[in-house]
Amino acid sequence: MKVSVEEDKCCGAGHCVLAAPEVFDQREADGIVILLDPSPPLALRDKVAEASFLCPAAAIMVED
Amino acid sequence: MDEILDYPELRAAACPFAPPPGYAELRERAAVTRVRMWDGSTPFLVTGYHEARTVLGDSRFSADGTHKAMPRFVKFEVPAETFNLGRMDDPEHARIRRMLTAHFTIRRTEAMRPMVQEIVDDLLDRLIAEGPPADLVADFAFPLPSRVIGELLGVSGPGFAEFQRISKGVMDFTASAEEMGAALGGMVDYVTGLCAAKRDDPGDDVLSRLIVDQELTGELTPQQVVATALVLLLAGHETTANMIALSTVLLLRHPDQLARLRADPGLMANAVEELLRYITIVQEGTGRVAIEDVEVGGVLIPAGEGVIINLPSANWDAHFADAHELDVSRANAREHVAFGFGVHQCLGQTLARVELQIALETLLRRLPALRLDVPFGELPFLYESMNYGVARVPVTW
Ligand code: HEM
Ligand code: SF4
Repeated sequence: MKVSVEEDKCCGAGHCVLAAPEVFDQREADGIVILLDPSPPLALRDKVAEASFLCPAAAIMVED
Repeated sequence: MDEILDYPELRAAACPFAPPPGYAELRERAAVTRVRMWDGSTPFLVTGYHEARTVLGDSRFSADGTHKAMPRFVKFEVPAETFNLGRMDDPEHARIRRMLTAHFTIRRTEAMRPMVQEIVDDLLDRLIAEGPPADLVADFAFPLPSRVIGELLGVSGPGFAEFQRISKGVMDFTASAEEMGAALGGMVDYVTGLCAAKRDDPGDDVLSRLIVDQELTGELTPQQVVATALVLLLAGHETTANMIALSTVLLLRHPDQLARLRADPGLMANAVEELLRYITIVQEGTGRVAIEDVEVGGVLIPAGEGVIINLPSANWDAHFADAHELDVSRANAREHVAFGFGVHQCLGQTLARVELQIALETLLRRLPALRLDVPFGELPFLYESMNYGVARVPVTW
């Protein structure tokens, strides 16, 4: 699974951090998403898919 | 072509927690359709979940409050000073939002838990010391967010009483449109004064940070700082308060769900998502304007047309199985759009979640015999207000 984020789109709502804290964090300075793990284990697939669905700004892309 | 429906339809007293009943049928038949507003304008109304996410998530729909086709929900002129990031488009919106997001990250907000808990405990200490009955709205639901926002903006101490008096005026449910407009003007004056005080003597609160880091560096004009302080004051007060009061009443009406929550407080975070979905207090005011022709749910919305997104109806869409059932362990509860969707999705949602979780958990724990002190049918629900609420909730325990 490959994950990417578009920082420019992110509005810092933090859903990704709640849904998949293993994969996403937020920058201290402005709350913008940090991708901790661009190729997370398959076990995290549902959590990452949910993060992508919840992201209000369509800033999270997931490829299998 | 169908006859154009009048907008808005209100919630029905028979089921005060449900979205307006006519919207259930409309959502199935015409999730995007024209309506006629009080001023004669005929914007589109969106009642479906996927359609709502599409409109709110698409930058071809503008949130610019100065657009002439923007649906006008209130009948008084809104003071221009209060136009804030909620009524602006990117890139200006994103620029201002990013100055604020740092204060509302998951980590920062989690760190506010002890402060919120302390305020909740203090309010309940007083309630318990005075003994029943009490008004859950005036004695608990409203003071909590007002004190939390007070902490955030650095208006604790002697200025706090003044701050609360003025906020009350802005949220007086019985006021006329003119009185509301005047109260809002008073709020603008108050916040302008507060900003001046912070400029002279900055603290470590959000407002002082905005002034020191953004105003004094020229990134924000003084007027933008005032507008931003106002939105923080207003957007998070009545909304959170109404959610606390309505959630409590809704849970008291569902003793089975209440018992599950009492037995397993670990369910609270998901229960709050379900309560947000079920009640969806932001029932008016979510408006956009199409800046290009866009097709949504098979309907063409031409450029220059206004759009109203009905969040309560979207949250009762079939996307949520048996949406009319309150289920504190609903698996997809957090997919609700009670905080909106897209780049304007609520900035304060993480804080609101923390306040709701702590308020409800502590209330249920400390007042195990909590119950309504009037028949349910006598509760004064605020059918016509922009943010749904209830004016008083007499309780005993
Ligand atoms: C349960 C409580 C709350 C609810 C239901 C709620 C709901 C909403 C909704 C639906 C929107 C989007 C409006 C639109 O797209 O047109 C919004 C925006 C906003 N909310 Fe909240 N809100 C709550 C609490 C708060 C709190 C506690 C704060 C801040 C302290 C806050 C600050 C904001 C701000 C600043 C915006 C504008 C964001 C932007 O345009 O980028 N809200 N809220
Ligand atoms: S959910 Fe989306 S918008 Fe929110 S912080 Fe994560 S990437 Fe950014």
